[in-house]
Amino acid sequence: MDWKPVALSAESRDQSWYEASARARLAGLLDVDTFQEFIGPEQRQMSPHLPLFALPRAFDDGMIVGRGRLDGRDVLAAAQEGRFMGGAFGEIHGAKLVGLLRAALAVKPAAVLILFDTGGVRLQEANAGETAIAEIMRAITQVRAAGIPVIGLIGGRAGCYGGGGLIAGTCAHLVISEGGRLSVSGPEVIETNKGAEEFDSRDRALVWRTMGGKHRRLLGAADAFVADTIGAFREAALAAIPEAPSFDLATLEAEQARLEARLERFGDTRDATEIWGRLGVNDPAAVPSLTTEGFDALLDSLPEGSHHAR
Amino acid sequence: MEKLSFRHTTRTALPGTRASAITGVVASGNLEVLLERNLAPDACHVEIDTAIKGYAEVWAAVVADFVARRQPGGLTITINDGGARPDTVSLRLAQGARLMELP
Repeated sequence: MDWKPVALSAESRDQSWYEASARARLAGLLDVDTFQEFIGPEQRQMSPHLPLFALPRAFDDGMIVGRGRLDGRDVLAAAQEGRFMGGAFGEIHGAKLVGLLRAALAVKPAAVLILFDTGGVRLQEANAGETAIAEIMRAITQVRAAGIPVIGLIGGRAGCYGGGGLIAGTCAHLVISEGGRLSVSGPEVIETNKGAEEFDSRDRALVWRTMGGKHRRLLGAADAFVADTIGAFREAALAAIPEAPSFDLATLEAEQARLEARLERFGDTRDATEIWGRLGVNDPAAVPSLTTEGFDALLDSLPEGSHHAR
Repeated sequence: MEKLSFRHTTRTALPGTRASAITGVVASGNLEVLLERNLAPDACHVEIDTAIKGYAEVWAAVVADFVARRQPGGLTITINDGGARPDTVSLRLAQGARLMELP
């Protein structure tokens, strides 16, 4: 583990992505002072549903969208605040991301960056949230079909779960850190529905080796694994722009074939360590404690290269 | 939910020219503070939307203490509260005032 819970540097790019707020992530990710927010907090576009449940609202509904520059290139970016209602998708929260993606078709940025930090749909406004998930996935396919890469960055406290996990699956490229988790059903959801024998949500090691960044990278669900700093996510986002695959029938058929082969090969395993062993990792039990550098070396040493198709 | 509103008169305006700033997030034991420079230089309005009812007197004391210390003239301060303790509220108000003073 190479987390730095207390950064000794004042540089925003040296700060922990996991610990930072959505606004701090955007400020450090993009070129200094280039972020311009759309529908900022002063416009008070807040949830119309939460007052019915006597729940407090947020001025930005937990979603910050805008434009900025990444190493001089124009990009659009959206960041979820995972501490407000678990970063969950409500009506306004989702509509802001849909609007940003539709704007991408008009302004043709170098990329759209989505800084995921979400438990999924906000249950208090579930119908609107579910609709938003569907609209976002459709908008992402349209943006990608127009040749604009949509890049997901996952390393927040809430991880990327539920509908957020589905949306991540439609992105052209995913960057993940040790703290990031990517899945659809979260640990508590699985335990509630299937029992603690199936999945013990309090077993943090189990959660991380089943849904965590290293496992997702080894399986090819995420394309890059980075250290938990804003600067590392910035470098990975920059590297991702030219690497994003084209969005055409050949790419989708290759992805389908990759997923079928994955199910065939690993469908009978009971634990992620068995999958890592079959991938050629000599000491699967040691993977969770590897540093970022050690993990990079492991990836390079594996017999098969990474499997990104998307 | 409870809505609270406080009107204060200050001796001076808060230094700086920044039009608005936001700090904090709405989470359990936390709050977000939106500051906007849109009033007369000797006026400060504080509007609070809190999830926890029954603490109007504590809010009044914390806001009065902040106004006395920082003299935030010219500001409308709007708060979405997720049940923050008074010390957290004081900290966020001070952070917000500092952000508004930055160039």
